[in-house]
Amino acid sequence: MNVDVLNRSGVQPAATSKLAIADGDIHPRPPGVGIGGVSKALYPYLTKQWREHVEAFGITYRQPWEKGSAYPKGQPQAARRDAWTPGGGSPGSDLAFMQKQHLDPNNVALGILNPLTSGQGAQNPDLSNAICHATNEWQKADWTGQDSRLKASVVIPYEDAVASVKEIELRANDPDFAQVFLLSKTSEPLGQRRYWPIYEAAAATGMPVGIHAFGNGGWPNTAGGWASFYIEEMVGHGMAQQAVLTSLILEGVFERIPNLKVVLIEGGLAWAAALGWRLDAQWKKLKQELPHLKRAPSEYIRTNVWFTTQPIEEPEPRTQLAEVFDWIGWDRILFATDYPHWDYDDPAHALPLQMTEAQRRGIFQDNAKRVYRV
Amino acid sequence: MASQVVIDCDVHPTVPGMKALLPYLDDHWREAVVRRGIDDQTTISYPTLNPLTFRSDWKDATGKAATSVAMLADQALDPFGATFAICNCLYGAQAAFSEDLGVAIARAVNDWIALEWLDRDPRLRASIVVPQQNAERAVDEIERVATDNRFVQVLLLVGSELTLGRRQYWPIYAAAERLGLTIGIHAGSMFRNPTTPIGWPTSFTEEYVNQATGFQSQLTSLITEGVFAKFPNLTVVLMESGVSWLPAYLWRLTKFWKGLRTEVPWVADPPASIVRDRVRLTLQPFDAPPAGRGDDGGVMRLMDQIGSDEMLLFSTDYPHWQFDGLAAMPAGIDATLAKKIMADNPLRTYVRLQQPTTVV
Repeated sequence: MNVDVLNRSGVQPAATSKLAIADGDIHPRPPGVGIGGVSKALYPYLTKQWREHVEAFGITYRQPWEKGSAYPKGQPQAARRDAWTPGGGSPGSDLAFMQKQHLDPNNVALGILNPLTSGQGAQNPDLSNAICHATNEWQKADWTGQDSRLKASVVIPYEDAVASVKEIELRANDPDFAQVFLLSKTSEPLGQRRYWPIYEAAAATGMPVGIHAFGNGGWPNTAGGWASFYIEEMVGHGMAQQAVLTSLILEGVFERIPNLKVVLIEGGLAWAAALGWRLDAQWKKLKQELPHLKRAPSEYIRTNVWFTTQPIEEPEPRTQLAEVFDWIGWDRILFATDYPHWDYDDPAHALPLQMTEAQRRGIFQDNAKRVYRV
Repeated sequence: MASQVVIDCDVHPTVPGMKALLPYLDDHWREAVVRRGIDDQTTISYPTLNPLTFRSDWKDATGKAATSVAMLADQALDPFGATFAICNCLYGAQAAFSEDLGVAIARAVNDWIALEWLDRDPRLRASIVVPQQNAERAVDEIERVATDNRFVQVLLLVGSELTLGRRQYWPIYAAAERLGLTIGIHAGSMFRNPTTPIGWPTSFTEEYVNQATGFQSQLTSLITEGVFAKFPNLTVVLMESGVSWLPAYLWRLTKFWKGLRTEVPWVADPPASIVRDRVRLTLQPFDAPPAGRGDDGGVMRLMDQIGSDEMLLFSTDYPHWQFDGLAAMPAGIDATLAKKIMADNPLRTYVRLQQPTTVV
């Protein structure tokens, strides 16, 4: 959690895990510039026109600040204070350091890369497309090409379905890519028609669609207006993910594309049981409005949706988490750390639960292998 | 059992139309309503033609229910054995874009409720409808109406213009605390913001399901802005919010409070303990786990996760369709807890219920 570590110079020793794990949420970051800017590491993959555009105008989102995100984080780049590279580089910007600090000691056998500074949701749609494409090339060159444990996410300019489908198809047969990557805050709720071609294209490749917290859709982040605080934004990602899942289910996305796999990332998961009960209760009364749904809404969660664990909810006593996993289904749950961010969940400590060997293996490795087909 | 105390904390009298409120409008607005053809201010949070708004076996020939005291008594107060029932009138005052119209409707609704409902059945109590557009004018209305202590609560809609913890709204909380009123936040919207946290929905079902996410963010706002610290004697009641989302929400909130409390240093107590002490929820809809395999179906497990037997307040949500027949109490709740939900918890929450009425 949010601990200031005095010795920031070197690698902090981590407890080694015997069990090889899959980590469903690792954030690589192009070195150099903060969120909202464009790193020079992407320049080799941008045309001259876009390099010049970036240098003349920068990149802007539906939020106020030139540098940084809408709500100031709890600490720089929302990162663990010990995750800055020895040379002072951004957390997540150096593979060798990530290997030493995270991948090796935690015995990460499969790490899913989810780049967040990739132009998704940028105001200029063509720039968004260019930066997404460059980010995918950069992931291949600097990450998956260097460490076979890592798999990239296809970042797409999701507000432009045509461009997104093109980018997905470009990566369809590339084993370096394991999922198609979206953010949760979009121009419209993600179940709506404009996004369907993205889901069709993703399902055709066999890759799941990962929907990660954050984004700049431009709408107030609560139904009662803009929250004031970063803590509200962070807690609110749980509500946004509930709304995303509600939209996907009720719009009939899983009826239309039965082989679509959706992974909800960094929005929590304990809420999924109660959301399913609420959806089912209302659907029973209102289903005439939704004739395209052939099954109770909660059933789609059991067949088409997975959840990454971090930030795992922390009940007192922790055993109550197991009750919720029973309700949701242990096969739906994918372990994730969110490295290198401040609210990183340590695989040795994040799930202090009595689990069967099968349940433990499922959450820490097998479920991910099935979803990501590795 | 006749001696059993039952307090129904959420029933909804239906305003038949603006015509019914004409006697309660001032001259300007009475003329404006007629001249401009402002016939009806029913909002789409509860559309007339919707299966949820009026349970089908409760509808009259006009397709509505709860249109008279007699109907409310026959269909809700008598069958559920209510000792008291709290009327929450949902009629568009808060959604008017003109705050002046909002004030006019709020005043008219409150006076209409007092004369045409509370005066006609001694079991009835009510929440004060306020112009949520403007805290100053909301306080004026609270002070005007609160002299009648059959009004036990201030009614706010969860879909507000600004998050409800924000300091602009604090005069409302100060007035409520001073006058012994709870703050009741009910499902519904002013329609200033999309009704989900990610944009406008496409179906009523989607909007209604998302009312619960709205309650989660308003609770976060009230806690993090420091409302509970500033007003130590204020109780907040979440009405028609759903119930079963609460434990998972508190676990997430608590985790981030541990990590980010330096941002909101005035939140000195763990959020879950603030909520257990200061927040109450009406019972319907409960959004219960499915009936289980020979056990209690998970409902009592859920109650353990909530960690308090003092938070739930009985409600039928009449005339909204949340259950069939008389099954307002979710299966799996034991008799001891049921008594607390029906009687003890509401009596402790609404201090004005135990006072002699100030109206003769």
